[in-house]
Amino acid sequence: MTQTPILSRDQSTTTSLAQPRIMDDLDQLEAQSIFILREAYRKLKPLSLLWSLGKDSNVMVWLARKAFMGRVPFPVMHVDTEKKFPEMYAFRDEYTKKWDLDLLLGYCPPVEEIDPSLPPAARSAARKTAGLAAMIEKHKLRGVIAGIRRDEQATRAKERVFSPRGAGHRWDVRNQPPEFWDQYATPYEDGMHIRVHPLLSWREIDIWRYIERENIPLVDLYFAKNGKRYRSLGDQDITFPVESNASTVAEVIAELETSRTSERAGRAMDHESEDVFERLRVAGYL
Amino acid sequence: MGDNIVTGQYSETHRAAATPIVIVGHVDHGKSSLIGRLLYDTDSLQDGKLAQIVESSRKRGLAVEWSFLLDSLQIERDQGVTVDSTRIPFRLGSREFVIVDAPGHRQFLRNMITGAADAEAAVLVVDAKEGAQEQTRRHAMLLRLIGIRHVIVLLNKSDLLDFDEAKIVKVESDVRQLLGRLEIEVEAVVPASARDGDNIASRSERALWYKGPTLVEALANVPPPASRAALPFRMPVQDVYRFDGVRYVAGRIERGTVRAGDRLAIGAQGQVATVAEVCRWHAPELPVAGAGESIALRLEPDLVPDRGDLLFPADDKAAAPERSARIRTRLFWLRGEPLRVGESFTLRLATAEHDVTVASIDAVVDLEDLTLREGDSVPPDGFAEITLAASHAVLFDPFAPGFGDGRGVLVDRYQRIVGGAPLIGPAELADGAHAIHPTASRVSAARQVQTRGHKSGVFWLTGLPGSGKSTVARAAELALSEQAINATVLDGDTLRAGLCSDLGFSLEDRRENIRRAAHVAKILAESGQVVIVALVSPLEADRAQARQIVGENFHEVFVDTPLETCEKRDPKGLYAAARSGKIPEFTGVSAPYEAPVSPELRLPADRPEQEAINTLTAFILRIVQP
Repeated sequence: MTQTPILSRDQSTTTSLAQPRIMDDLDQLEAQSIFILREAYRKLKPLSLLWSLGKDSNVMVWLARKAFMGRVPFPVMHVDTEKKFPEMYAFRDEYTKKWDLDLLLGYCPPVEEIDPSLPPAARSAARKTAGLAAMIEKHKLRGVIAGIRRDEQATRAKERVFSPRGAGHRWDVRNQPPEFWDQYATPYEDGMHIRVHPLLSWREIDIWRYIERENIPLVDLYFAKNGKRYRSLGDQDITFPVESNASTVAEVIAELETSRTSERAGRAMDHESEDVFERLRVAGYL
Repeated sequence: MGDNIVTGQYSETHRAAATPIVIVGHVDHGKSSLIGRLLYDTDSLQDGKLAQIVESSRKRGLAVEWSFLLDSLQIERDQGVTVDSTRIPFRLGSREFVIVDAPGHRQFLRNMITGAADAEAAVLVVDAKEGAQEQTRRHAMLLRLIGIRHVIVLLNKSDLLDFDEAKIVKVESDVRQLLGRLEIEVEAVVPASARDGDNIASRSERALWYKGPTLVEALANVPPPASRAALPFRMPVQDVYRFDGVRYVAGRIERGTVRAGDRLAIGAQGQVATVAEVCRWHAPELPVAGAGESIALRLEPDLVPDRGDLLFPADDKAAAPERSARIRTRLFWLRGEPLRVGESFTLRLATAEHDVTVASIDAVVDLEDLTLREGDSVPPDGFAEITLAASHAVLFDPFAPGFGDGRGVLVDRYQRIVGGAPLIGPAELADGAHAIHPTASRVSAARQVQTRGHKSGVFWLTGLPGSGKSTVARAAELALSEQAINATVLDGDTLRAGLCSDLGFSLEDRRENIRRAAHVAKILAESGQVVIVALVSPLEADRAQARQIVGENFHEVFVDTPLETCEKRDPKGLYAAARSGKIPEFTGVSAPYEAPVSPELRLPADRPEQEAINTLTAFILRIVQP
């Protein structure tokens, strides 16, 4: 696949009366995400982008390259649970080089150190939160770019694009700052950081249509083998494939156009108890 | 994994972005039920979601409740109210919508704005029986101020009026009159029942007299957003990058079109450069870009604009933005304390930031009837028209519904967004008014704390003459300095020896003395200093004025020494002079002292003086230590 920037370097001096392209829905989402990423880069230093190796965070890396003329001018961060699929590690190593990424690696504490009152899969997710918190401390990050979307989960629908996290990285869902007219919150106290969510308004199908349009590479676990594929990728032990015959991006899109089940249906922790997702998020989970 | 990658492609068929619709209205007028019903009727529920509603209802032993769909947070269910706006996609034929649900409780106003500000159209839900209530008026006002162009009114629970034509026409006319006062054009007023489904997606059997659209028809009629591409070009500079030796001026085009070869003026200084190239990465190659696109420009000559500089056409005077250092603006006020004249903020306007001061409050909206009244402050969650004064000329375009222009936001020195300010236009100076353009510090409160090592504060000591205010203040000053905290003491006699030497002891002069002390204290506190004021300040009203001037940094301390003790001490011989009639209107003798009702700290006289000093020092430390 071609990765060369499509940039014209010729000095065009003619005032052509070419008209701008009419923006479709993907163009609008892309333009908004670029705006958000540029705000984050300008306002939050040090800044890092969470690269989980999944489809959404690949789209996010891609959008960052769009925003910054083909490069990612801040480090990307992989908080490794050491329980990912081997294909994901291979993908990470390949594209760190191909995309010239400055990769920060973080690891998660053993599960024994995590709140035993949580159901098993949620406990596993809480491990990841602890790993992330350690990375934020270590690199003194003021901005963390994360690829969550409103349509994934009802609690995420409550999020802001710039979401301040206080001491202990807690998300104060009842006391969020107003956010309107593209004006975002910036940190106002030591020890705070901002979670930046450039994909908040994207839906699962938008992500896939954008992957198709832009030709963005993915781990092939997303594509069907023997009648099953992964719709969402977490740790090996808490993510399950769904029934599907979609083996190309186009087939996945066609499948989603008619699908009526939730994307996170294969994520065990979402089904453990009614409030577990919010409990995790208040404590700093994505 | 190469097998799974198809060739990148830009679709030939244009797919429009979803139209955001906000649903607002008074609490309990049925917003959440409406949304649940709308999703059900238009078959827009994911399988998982319907199961969620059924399960939630079952757990609570209830019949299926439409509103449970939205109340997806546990805490919301516990409270029984919607906490924040949520967004839910739904589809009508080939057109996609996103519903933004906004909460009705007044303390959640900022969440409503967060949800509603991007909406293209609004559904204002009004209980047909109750009619417009406080939140109805408040939300209608906001719809106007945030610039929503299309408003559909849903008269919900019309079944409670038996869909009676005469009764419904009466409610409709009241609501239309209210919205007319706000210059909101109403697209439709739909008598409906969300619970039963009347006139939501299907026509009601109970209101055959009604010939207007159902809600779904009215939504489908909302026109797509107006094109901004034909307007004069505007791009606020978001950032300037230098990558591999090439300088990029990055930004999002707010309106108009830019082409390679265009001559652009840059910001208030108006330097002119030519667009050498419209740059994008991994996108179709085009020498042109239009409103809404996030792009980067290469300029010739290679100038370096600042973030916030507005780029606009250089050679067309008619296409230039407004330029003024005084701007009239509407305001929705989100801070917990009232807004007053003289307060300073940062005005964020797209990517620009300007230091501004509230020069005047021109009118305040009365929420009882939505009329404009005179007023000297804007209450929390209130609406007003104000004039902002900047220290330099600001380039802007007046606010217009449906466009991105003139959307000012006020930010305080803690970086909190405290108000929305849709700009009206340049303000004329009133006859005889002086153009006062105070400047605000660019040093943030957080930075001050960092450099000084402590926070600021004004500690206002009130008490009878001779109660020991100055003594305690000076001793606390010394004790604080041992903790590396510099405090300034403003005491009565010191002020009167200089700054206030023109003042006597009349009621007016005493008030003026206090006013000056409060302003000096405020200036010092804003520069990060700890200030201890020691003034008799006998009247509650005068101390209230001082509190108002200083703001949230004000801490009242009552030096509670009884009259007998003060008179016995009489260090300056004043009581003796007052008793013998040599000093008229002496506080405690021949003029009243109004003791504070609820001071933040009381220093009782029945303790040794050193204890009062320690208590005050500890109190100050607790507040100013970071």
